Amino acid sequence: MYQEIILDHYRNPVGRLILEPFDAEVHHVNPTCGDEITLRVKINDGVVTAIGHQGQGCSISQASTSVMTELLEGRTVQQALEVEAGFLALMQSRGAGQPDEELLEDAVAFSGVSKYPARVKCALLGWMAFKDAALQAVAQSVKDQS
Amino acid sequence: MTSRTPSSVTALDVTRIKADFPLLQRTIRDGKRLVYLDSGATSQKPSSVLDAERRFYEMHNAAVHRGAHQLGEEATDAYEGARETIARFIGAQSGDIVFTKNATEAINLVAYSLGNASFSDTAVGQSLSLQPGDRIVVTEMEHHANLIPWQELCRRTGAELAWLGVDDEGRLDLSTLDQIINDRTRVVAFTHQSNVLGTINPVAEIVARARAVQALVVLDACQSAPHMPLDVVELGVDFVTFSGHKMLGPTGIGVLWGRTEVLAAMPPFLTGGSMIETVYMDHATYVDPPQRFEAGTPVAAQAVGLAAACDYLTAVGMDKVFEHEHALTSYALEGLASISGLRVIGPNNANQRGGAVSFLVDDIHAHDVGQVLDDRGLEVRVGHHCAWPLMRRFGIAATTRASFYLYNDFSDVDALVESLDAAKTFFGVK
Repeated sequence: MYQEIILDHYRNPVGRLILEPFDAEVHHVNPTCGDEITLRVKINDGVVTAIGHQGQGCSISQASTSVMTELLEGRTVQQALEVEAGFLALMQSRGAGQPDEELLEDAVAFSGVSKYPARVKCALLGWMAFKDAALQAVAQSVKDQS
Repeated sequence: MTSRTPSSVTALDVTRIKADFPLLQRTIRDGKRLVYLDSGATSQKPSSVLDAERRFYEMHNAAVHRGAHQLGEEATDAYEGARETIARFIGAQSGDIVFTKNATEAINLVAYSLGNASFSDTAVGQSLSLQPGDRIVVTEMEHHANLIPWQELCRRTGAELAWLGVDDEGRLDLSTLDQIINDRTRVVAFTHQSNVLGTINPVAEIVARARAVQALVVLDACQSAPHMPLDVVELGVDFVTFSGHKMLGPTGIGVLWGRTEVLAAMPPFLTGGSMIETVYMDHATYVDPPQRFEAGTPVAAQAVGLAAACDYLTAVGMDKVFEHEHALTSYALEGLASISGLRVIGPNNANQRGGAVSFLVDDIHAHDVGQVLDDRGLEVRVGHHCAWPLMRRFGIAATTRASFYLYNDFSDVDALVESLDAAKTFFGVK
């Protein structure tokens, strides 16, 4: 389960910072273990330009959020949500999923996590926070324009 | 790492005991020896408990306290016989034993009944009701099950919640006992033994103060009833709650023991069949305890299973169980102390302490510790252990917890210490 890429991202996480300026901030917790994340996104013209996250968690949650940050920055919100949906499907596959390497890139390293139901929520913590923040930012920008 | 010589000889023949537990014969994670160190969460079951439940269903199954047929009589005898066995196990009278779904429900039963007392149509029922300004006292080390029901009772009645703090060693801070348990205090609810820290709390001292202000005392014995001799008369409290599944019994059954006169004064919590005396279309009257608090079809098979668990523990001897776990805990604390960068959350010695041992390993999150241990066949608990405020008190998010029972031996502790070393190596922490 602990692929080298996961341990690398755990030791040197990408995007572990307090992002300024930002368009939306969310705080998510995993009630079964107490892990938490505060995540901010910056979205310009429908493109995710930056993700910043803070919090505490296990190697899986930290590395997953780091890989996600690297993967999603620079994509349109729609593309980012497609990757998110692919990652969610992989995590819910109970070890039986065929990861789409083209779509998920480094995130396929987490395939093994899906065999451990207790750890799936760890891997999803950052992704769920991102989805929430991105949708809030988009909703806000639509509101601002009207 | 080689195994160390245990500091004391164990009081139990663990090899023989282990043979009584079918699950402990299996292997884990591709053929590894199973080292079960999560009895604080739930215990494994001996064959005698499984057999007792099976025999009940095969031979005596019928609805308890209903009908007039032979099976009904046998089922009722089995159920009420179980109540007597469980009562004897804690030095109680069987009429003061109420069966619930689990310990959480037992605590909720008390909290909701006290809440319902405000609407009681008897003076004795009203005497239990809480008013705005009254106080309920808990501690900072409570399991959520002994915290949230009291938060909610405060919200419903206007009473205020206060709590005894925890010191850095993981003991209750009793320096402010007289201020926290003040004249307005109506209920004092606390755990006998912390599920996280292992701390055994000084019941007598807290009870003495509670008595001085005439507060009711609720003792959460989930982590003590399975592990030490318990006598409700000696404890001097008003309520004792515990669960069956943590003491070799089945899931689906918890126990509330209450002082006779307090139970008698309490209005019901759950209502329906089995708990009524007479029923009209617009009102009803209720039977005496314990049936008043056992609405619906009773948990007969589970009660029979739990009684078999009490018989098993009694045959082994609860004093020996305690002594054995005390030796394991001392041995574990010594072993853990030898690991650099490991910090025990809770008392560092086995004095007034049970066999739940929580710890942190520098730079490795508890989930990751648990994962490496699991890969090696060791089942431990990781997380906040349903005691989030206690985690916050120590400024941490999660711990790893090993908890021992009568079927653990010194080699299990050796496996724990070795595996923690392996986890450090794996994550490059040295």
